[in-house]
Amino acid sequence: MKATREAYGEALLELGRSNDKVVALDADLSKSTKTSLFAKEFPERFFNVGIAEQNLIGVAAGLSLAGFVPYASTFAIFATGRAWEQIRNTVAYPSLNVKICASHAGITVGEDGASHQSIEDIALMSVIPNMTVLVPADSIETKSMVNWAYQYNGPVYIRLGRMGVPDILSENYNFDTKPFVLKKGKRIVIFATGIMLWKCLEAIELLKPYNVEPTLVNVSCIKPFPEESIIEIAKEHEIVFTAEEHNVINGLGSMISSTLSRNYPMKVYFIGIDDRFGTSGKPNDLLSYYGLDANSIKEKLLLLGLK
Amino acid sequence: MDDLLLRERAVNIRESIIEMITAAKSGHPGGSLSSVEIMVSLFFGGVMSYDPKNPQLESRDRFFLSKGHAAPVLYSTLAEAGYFDKSGLNTLRQLNSPFQGHPDMRKLPGIEASTGSLGQGLSISVGCALGLRLKGLNSHVFTLLGDGELEEGQIWEAAMAASHFKLDNLTAIVDRNRLQIDGFTEEIMSLEPLTDKWRAFGWNVLELNGHSFDELIPALKKAKKRGDKKPQVIIAHTIKGKGVSFMENVCDFHGKAPSEEQAKIAYSEIKECDVQ
Repeated sequence: MKATREAYGEALLELGRSNDKVVALDADLSKSTKTSLFAKEFPERFFNVGIAEQNLIGVAAGLSLAGFVPYASTFAIFATGRAWEQIRNTVAYPSLNVKICASHAGITVGEDGASHQSIEDIALMSVIPNMTVLVPADSIETKSMVNWAYQYNGPVYIRLGRMGVPDILSENYNFDTKPFVLKKGKRIVIFATGIMLWKCLEAIELLKPYNVEPTLVNVSCIKPFPEESIIEIAKEHEIVFTAEEHNVINGLGSMISSTLSRNYPMKVYFIGIDDRFGTSGKPNDLLSYYGLDANSIKEKLLLLGLK
Repeated sequence: MDDLLLRERAVNIRESIIEMITAAKSGHPGGSLSSVEIMVSLFFGGVMSYDPKNPQLESRDRFFLSKGHAAPVLYSTLAEAGYFDKSGLNTLRQLNSPFQGHPDMRKLPGIEASTGSLGQGLSISVGCALGLRLKGLNSHVFTLLGDGELEEGQIWEAAMAASHFKLDNLTAIVDRNRLQIDGFTEEIMSLEPLTDKWRAFGWNVLELNGHSFDELIPALKKAKKRGDKKPQVIIAHTIKGKGVSFMENVCDFHGKAPSEEQAKIAYSEIKECDVQ
């Protein structure tokens, strides 16, 4: 079990070892976002701007203008909330080569509660033109994404989590922007993103006795939205489910349903945070509380999918 | 450069500002006119090192217009410097024009960052200054800030960072014309004591007459050759709308275009404008 933020810290360090253009920035959360690993080995290429997220993004923009590839990190709520307009106007509008890798996304932040649980960041970043929005499912995908982002010239947002997740994808998995079919089933397809890929995989195990075998697809590139592949996969099924640790408003579910409604209308069921704030608690308890644990997902699939 | 030639540059730039804003029937003349001498000093006073034929030259000095609404003064200065032809200036703010309402770095050479949303240019400058130093380049970063813009919290985040990172390759210039859209800065949101604020944030502070080449040029040249491990700010006292009597110190002309008639009067006054 490894949190995607930990995988990020390790991948950033590796990337820093092979590319001296990589610089890292943080806003006093380097121990949590794991940029501290990079900071320890490359203190001259690490900039802690203190608790000042708006400046964090502006300084990252300036470093990219000077020819570096900055990776800027803080919690997702502060990066995408506090500094949203800095990201929009200073980074995305001129399409600067800035990578925003924000951790502690979703409710699985846990005990810190609603103020620190970002359930809006996918929406906030996706709505900005020129932005690429990525959500890794596990540590293998995170590492692949961090490297992909370095090769790609332009602004990228990578959504990272605090909670440990098991490795789901195979060691030789290489991220690209297409959705990845993890499990081929029938009738039902689940498009999942981030930590929900793991939870849906667990739910599918629980469904075995009921003779229900959904297809499970990892949608880790939210933007550019892989519209054609989504339609293609949906066409092979009767019912579509989407799963995300994010507000059901304007997240993955909304994007999939908007795509299907325009191209191949079919019923879409959302699994996600039902437009409520988070709350304090242990990550696993919170997943159950908000209906995002394996059992809740199983129940939803049975109830709605098999009507 | 000869003082007379500098004055000629200033006259040309002021004329261009009026011409393009009049043609566009919108834009920001007040804060463009107040910063003309600052821009002329930087680009033609032997202060900045740059090459219009090679705008991406790595060793160049960087200029960031944080007060992006003063785009007309930037456009006319860059045209005057030879980055692009003056003939395009009259397409300002029109559909498909590279001369956007606020500067777009992707549309014109010589524009170092896309600005316009106030308060962000100093952070960009801090990042750029850090990057240039990391590369071992001697390039200097100059940033022009509006005074009203200093009301943005991000400016002070960046000010703190610039002194923390000991950026003596960064010089900020405040166009202190004392006016913002809604009125006088000291009535809307007091900035004074302004020099004390910057000093308390760890900056070298210098105050001068922002319309005097005699004061601006030596100060800017000196600012470039520091080694004191501190960022520097120059508070340039200016007059909003400088050079056009009916615009001077008139809040309304922050973001209003002159009529054709007013433009004619403006041209005749600009020639007579005594910048000292």
